[in-house]
Amino acid sequence: MKYMLMIFSNEKAEQSATDADNQAIMAAYGAYSQALVQAGAMQAGERLQPTSTATTVRVINGRTEVLDGPYADTKEQLGGYYLIEAKDLDEALSWAARCPGASHGTIEVRPIWAM
Amino acid sequence: MSPSLPSAAELAAQAVARRSYGKLIAFLSARTRDVAGAEDALSEAFAAALQVWPAEGVPDTPEAWLLTVARRKMIDAVRRQRGQDATAAQLLWLADLAEHDPDEAAIPDDRLALMFACAHPAIDAAVRAPLMLQTILGFDAAAVASAFLVAPATMGQRLVRAKTRIRQAGIPFRVPGRSELGERLDTVLDAIYAAYAQGWSDPAGTDAQRRNLAEEAIWLGALAASLLPNEPDALGLVALMLHAQARRGARRDGQGRYVPLAEQDTSLWDTPMIDEAEALLHRAAAMGRPGRFQLEAAIQSAHCVRRLHGRADWPAIERLYDALAALTPSPVVALNRAMAMAETRGPVAALALLDSLADDTRMKQYQPYWAARAGLLQRLGDSAGAAVAYDMATGLEADPSVREFLQQRRADLSRK
Repeated sequence: MKYMLMIFSNEKAEQSATDADNQAIMAAYGAYSQALVQAGAMQAGERLQPTSTATTVRVINGRTEVLDGPYADTKEQLGGYYLIEAKDLDEALSWAARCPGASHGTIEVRPIWAM
Repeated sequence: MSPSLPSAAELAAQAVARRSYGKLIAFLSARTRDVAGAEDALSEAFAAALQVWPAEGVPDTPEAWLLTVARRKMIDAVRRQRGQDATAAQLLWLADLAEHDPDEAAIPDDRLALMFACAHPAIDAAVRAPLMLQTILGFDAAAVASAFLVAPATMGQRLVRAKTRIRQAGIPFRVPGRSELGERLDTVLDAIYAAYAQGWSDPAGTDAQRRNLAEEAIWLGALAASLLPNEPDALGLVALMLHAQARRGARRDGQGRYVPLAEQDTSLWDTPMIDEAEALLHRAAAMGRPGRFQLEAAIQSAHCVRRLHGRADWPAIERLYDALAALTPSPVVALNRAMAMAETRGPVAALALLDSLADDTRMKQYQPYWAARAGLLQRLGDSAGAAVAYDMATGLEADPSVREFLQQRRADLSRK
């Protein structure tokens, strides 16, 4: 089954991290991605630019509305994701626990809707 | 929950819950085989106690009081279900019990029988430890789910399914006879150790709920050992858990950084706890029937001599892993044996053994395998190979302080 691991964390706290901390976090993500690839679990994974770069679009009664900023203002923001292949939810959760984001934020694990 | 201090009645209820929960569940479910029904009835009895005790005072025999109320609730529940199930026998037993006021001392201790039911071979191995924690210690499904890294809804379903199976498949509530005791005891001890391992892996040692789990597992092991005084491996399991627990405080330094076993400050080890473990292990060894947990405890004991002689007894550790591999061969045992060999015969021999494990799928996603490999390659001067292995170990590690430790080791490669 495919699962999406959505990484939520406080981007303000991340922006104020030191260079050394950032390097360590990037290296940890690199190692984690490599472990996913080696295990044959990696489908995709990307980091997102901060929510200050977000724009939202919706169409109401045929009228387009475009707004600056993220869809929802929350204390923690979606900062990236992994799309993984896992045998079942238990295996997906064990990958989620290993994600570096799990120790400085929250990982939401959702199965992909099979078409 | 009220923010004020707990009342005397609440404290009394908590104390009885801790001491007697499993005993009451075991007693109520051993005859009816209805674990879920016993849990429901007992939780209603605890709720009633919190209403009645503050007004009328805590009864002299709170355990008997709870049993009387829980039994009545079970009778009501069985009556409601009548017609769906053949429950006449249960009802008779419960009614018979109702005629005699239970005497606290006379409530038989069926907890060991309940442990054997929870760890019965017909119950899925992955749910045995959670089931024991829930029925004997009263852990709720959500707490068990977090400890075992399973979704709470999934854990809830698994526990319900296991209890249904106990009832429907007629899993017996009894301590097996001599001829089958050995094998059946292994499954009980395995489940207790699984609970301990989950508590032990609590990364920073700061999660109160899980620190609790390690201590509760030791308590379960001690209970099993006290109820089976002639089973050396039950003693061995308690000795093993106490040895591990004794080093708990040394696993992190003052800044919360991970400290590997070989670098731990031995003055931080809990000496009285080690002495207790050693005494248990001696008692077990005197019975002359070695087993898996006695061997594992003896390995911990050989690590512990470092506090006296400055060096672990590696030749003994290697021999003990040889014996363990002969008894319960597994890639994890082979990996540990290789790490002992690295100390007795050097990194080349150890790496050759690791290479022979490389194709095992369990090793590919096993952090200790990659960390061991990285350390050996580093000792042999293969920095590039060590870097790849450190990265794999880092990527597979869930504990941030261990991750930082591995990243630091990798960074040190280029500095030398």
